[in-house]
Formats: sequence, C-alpha cells, structure tokens
Amino acid sequence: MRAVTIKKINISDDKIMKGTSGNIGQTFATASQVTEQKDYSILNLGPTHPATHGIFQNILTMDGEIIVKAEPTIGYIHRAFEKLAERRPYNQITPITDRLNYCSSPINNMGWHMTVEKLIGCEVPKRAQYLRVIIMELSRIADHIVCDTVIAVDTGAMTGFLYLFQWREKIYEIFEEICGARLTTNIGRIGGMERDFNEKAWSRIHAFLKEFPKALSEFDKLVTRNRIFMDRTINCGAISAENALAYSFTGPNLRAAGVDYDVRVMTPYSSYEEFDFTIPVGTNGDTYDRYMVRMEEMWQSMGIIEQAIKNMPDGKYHAEVPEFYLPPKEDVYSKMEALIYQFKIVMGETDVPKGEVYHAVEGGNGELGFYLISDGGRTPYRLHMRRPCFIYYQAYPSMIEGGMLSDAILTMSSMNVIAGELDA
Amino acid sequence: MHHEIHPSASPAAIELHNHIKDALISSFGDDITGSQIDYDFPVFSVAKNRIHDVLEFLKNHNDLGFTFLTTMCGVHYPGNAGQEFALVYQLHNMEKNYRVRIKTFMADKDLNVPTATDLWLGANWMEREAFDFYGFRFTGHPDLRRILNMDEMNYHPLRKEYALEDAGRDDKEDKYFGR
Repeated sequence: MRAVTIKKINISDDKIMKGTSGNIGQTFATASQVTEQKDYSILNLGPTHPATHGIFQNILTMDGEIIVKAEPTIGYIHRAFEKLAERRPYNQITPITDRLNYCSSPINNMGWHMTVEKLIGCEVPKRAQYLRVIIMELSRIADHIVCDTVIAVDTGAMTGFLYLFQWREKIYEIFEEICGARLTTNIGRIGGMERDFNEKAWSRIHAFLKEFPKALSEFDKLVTRNRIFMDRTINCGAISAENALAYSFTGPNLRAAGVDYDVRVMTPYSSYEEFDFTIPVGTNGDTYDRYMVRMEEMWQSMGIIEQAIKNMPDGKYHAEVPEFYLPPKEDVYSKMEALIYQFKIVMGETDVPKGEVYHAVEGGNGELGFYLISDGGRTPYRLHMRRPCFIYYQAYPSMIEGGMLSDAILTMSSMNVIAGELDA
Repeated sequence: MHHEIHPSASPAAIELHNHIKDALISSFGDDITGSQIDYDFPVFSVAKNRIHDVLEFLKNHNDLGFTFLTTMCGVHYPGNAGQEFALVYQLHNMEKNYRVRIKTFMADKDLNVPTATDLWLGANWMEREAFDFYGFRFTGHPDLRRILNMDEMNYHPLRKEYALEDAGRDDKEDKYFGR
C-alpha cells in the first residue's frame, strides 16, 4: 500500500522528487525565485460595495487574502459645501451641515450655530444650552449605535444589529417631535432653539432613558464578551497613540488609542463644564477598543442627559438676537419691527460683523471644527470645516496593510467613516 | 509689524499670545509679519519662506509644544495685491490646551510652499485638498494629486473668480446676496 503512494507522487510531480532527493541548496534558490516573481492580484473594493457602508473605493493589491497595498479614492459624493457656503446667508448654511456626518446631524447643526454665535457675540440662555446638550448627547448615542452595531454585523452578528438599531429609530422620533425632521434635522437656530420641547418630546425622552439601558446592556451581553467577536476584533486594524496623533485623529478613534482628548472637556461649550462624566480610553487602538470606547460613551451620554433633565434651568429657550432669530408669527402680522426682521432673515439680508472665528464641538467622530472668515457681508467670506473623517481616513491604508481583507472591512466600520463628512 | 487685539480677548489669551509672540520674535525676528488675537485665538503671519521652520519650531518647542495639527486650509483674497493667497494652519498643544493659528500670504504668481508632511502625517490629505481647491504647490509632498475633485479638472474651484451661480442666470445678482 505504502509503496503505491510513493509511486503516485513520483509520477504526478517530479519537482517534489527533486526536492527530496537531497539537493537542498537548489530547492531554496527556486523558492526565493518564486517569491520574487509572485503575482499580486488587484481587487477593486468599491465604490459601492455592500460591505463598506458608503461610497468608498479602495484599490487593493492582494497577496492571496493579505492586503499588500491599499489606495483609497474619495470624493464620490463631494458637494462643494465650502463653496456653497460662500453664497448662502448664515441661517441657510445649517442645512448644509446636516449633510456632513448625517448619523449625528444635530451635533453639526449646533456646532455651526455656536460658531455664528461666537462671531456675533451672542450669549445663549442656560435653558437653551441644556436643551442643546440633551439633543447632542442623544445624537451621539444614535451615532454610536450605528457604528457599534455595524461592527457586530461585519463580524457576522446580525441579531445585535437588528435589536439595537430600533433604538436609533426611537431617537429619531424624539428629534421629529422637537423639530419635525428625523435624519437631516436642521435643528435649533442661531441664538437658541426654535421652540421649547413639547410634552410629547419630554415623555419620549423619559421613555428612552427608562428603556434604552436595558436594550444596551442586553446588546453588551450578546456581543462584547462573545468569543467570536473578540477573536475577530482584538488586534484588528490597530494604530498606536503616536501615529494616531501624527495623523491628527480625534474623537473615539484617538481615545481608543489611549489619548484622553475630548473637546467637551478640553474646551467646554454649551455648559458642558457643569456636567459630570468620564472620558473612556482604550489601550491598543484596535477595533475592539474603538468598539468599547463607543459603548462606554453611550452610557456616559445617558448620564449627561439625566443630569441635564435634573438640573434643567427655567427661562427662555433663545437669546434676543432679532437680526438672526425669526420673530413670532403674530408679531410679524402686527408689528413693523418684527415684519422687517422677518423679511431680512428670510431674504438673507442680515449683515454680520467682520472677524475670524474657530469653533469646535465633539462630534460623533471627533473634533468637528468650523473656521469662519467674515468680511462683514451677508455670507461667509470663507468657511472651512474641519471634518474628522476626512482627516483620519488617510491613515486607513497604513492600518489595513499586512492584514486580511475581512479585517479591512471591520477596520473601516469601526473607524466609523461617514461618506458625507469625508467628501463634504 | 501689524498688531491687533480683539476686544473680547480674555487675559489668558493675551498672556498666551504674548508668550508665543516672544518665542517667535526671538527666533525669527522680522519674518513674523503680523500678530493678532481673533476672538481668543492667537494668530501670527509668517513670511512664506520661513513657514516650515516656524511650524517645526512650534512643534518641537519645549514649553509651547504645538504637536498636533488641527486643520489647515487655503484662502483667496483676489483684491489683496501681491498677497492674493493665504494658507492657514491651526496647531494645538493638547496637554496645556494652547491653540495657535499660523498664516502665510503669497502672490498668485508663486504658489510653491514647502510641505508639512514631514512634520505631520496628517498634513498629506489636507495639503492635497488645498492643492485641489486653490492650486498651492507643496514642494516635497509625496503624492500631490487632486483629492475630492476629478483628476481631469483643469481649474481650482474655490478661487473667487469662479462664481457659484450659472453665468446665464440674471435672477441671482450678487448685490442681492451682499456681494
């Protein structure tokens, strides 16, 4: 029986016989020659690929299943926001910011309002600031739900995704009650909020605070310590703190690498200095740490919302800035001043002071900054948006090269690259 | 040297501004062409040929330590003869929470600027964006290609000479929009 087997090898592949015949030096030379002449295959991942959750193209040079080189192409949904902003009155730029990181539009809206408020020197009442904090933290939760559940989907855990994703829906119902829109919210106004929260909004917020922790902890139990999930995500797509800083990372991706930078703490805005919360940090900067940082941030956001409700100040929900804040409709019909302001705001004829401001908020993905140059006209002279996605996505090739293709997909979803913010 | 302080600047901002100003002036002298505080933000203008040295100096300074590049962008001032283009860098010292804005102005005839990619890896795409939209040529950049617009595009769209509106329309005159 055994003799037959050897004979078979001999017939099918005489190279093997040469190798075993004792000429070791020759075998090695052949092996190294093969390595040099290795053919890589090119894989075009994207622009629309079901696994990339957005319009991203990466041309991957593959050695089997290992990525040797990755070359990202971006700009597929570039809409020239910075150019558009140069022709729009300030209140009409808010809807543009909706479309940056559309998973957490309200944070972008608030960031823009605060930039303009800084320029015109407007002090927003405490109540409006607290209402804004509630909205911003709800959108942070919505943003992190998207990211963390999608990481789970990309590791094959569909159940957790379907289970937790309906809570994003509940957050959208709260937004709908506050401003009438769900995804691209255009929420708030320059100077405060467009209206106070109504009874239904409050009851939805209370219901969310009561029921969401249960769902989140069930998701946590389902996924976080799951053996398959941990094996897939630990040491996948890691970046060191030094590299993350060199690439100008901010937000959860930087914190996962161990740097405790958060705009809410470093440069507090909208009364964040009055809230008590913890900034979670990771150690390895890998997919698992990014997931964990976002999980913990959701719990912290819940705590911030509870504090905001408990300490909610009374008072007005908007500042007295008649040039920017639409007057009540009944005044428009009965008072001269109100009619003039209504007309000027709607027609975009409000002049703003000259100056340069930079204002940053902690968006879902990190420091979202607005650098605004005003020359005293009715539109910005120049508006530059510091978009965290655009800045940290350039580190993506260095994070996936040398890893498996399936890890590259996970790395992208755990970085939470949002095409709208990337391409602007 | 042009010097200006915004009325709303806090004492802490003025102190930080003076601190950075002293450090910069003692090392670069007349190459620092302007200093001001814009709403609590220290701003310095630097001669273009020294921009890389200034950024490197601020990054490696023991006390100031602006090790983080927050963002960077171009600006076009067509009416500013001889200084039509500006590049704006924003640096951050995360430990002490110092921020600074560094500007450099240049004429439209010569848009060559030394790259900052050797100081910050993250400057790569920021510079590609500034090249794409304004046409700055970053000398020493490893891969200076367009990034958001298509490669075939033959102009730099954020320059002020390119109007946003369709030239055939007369219902959206600039004067109605404050420009």
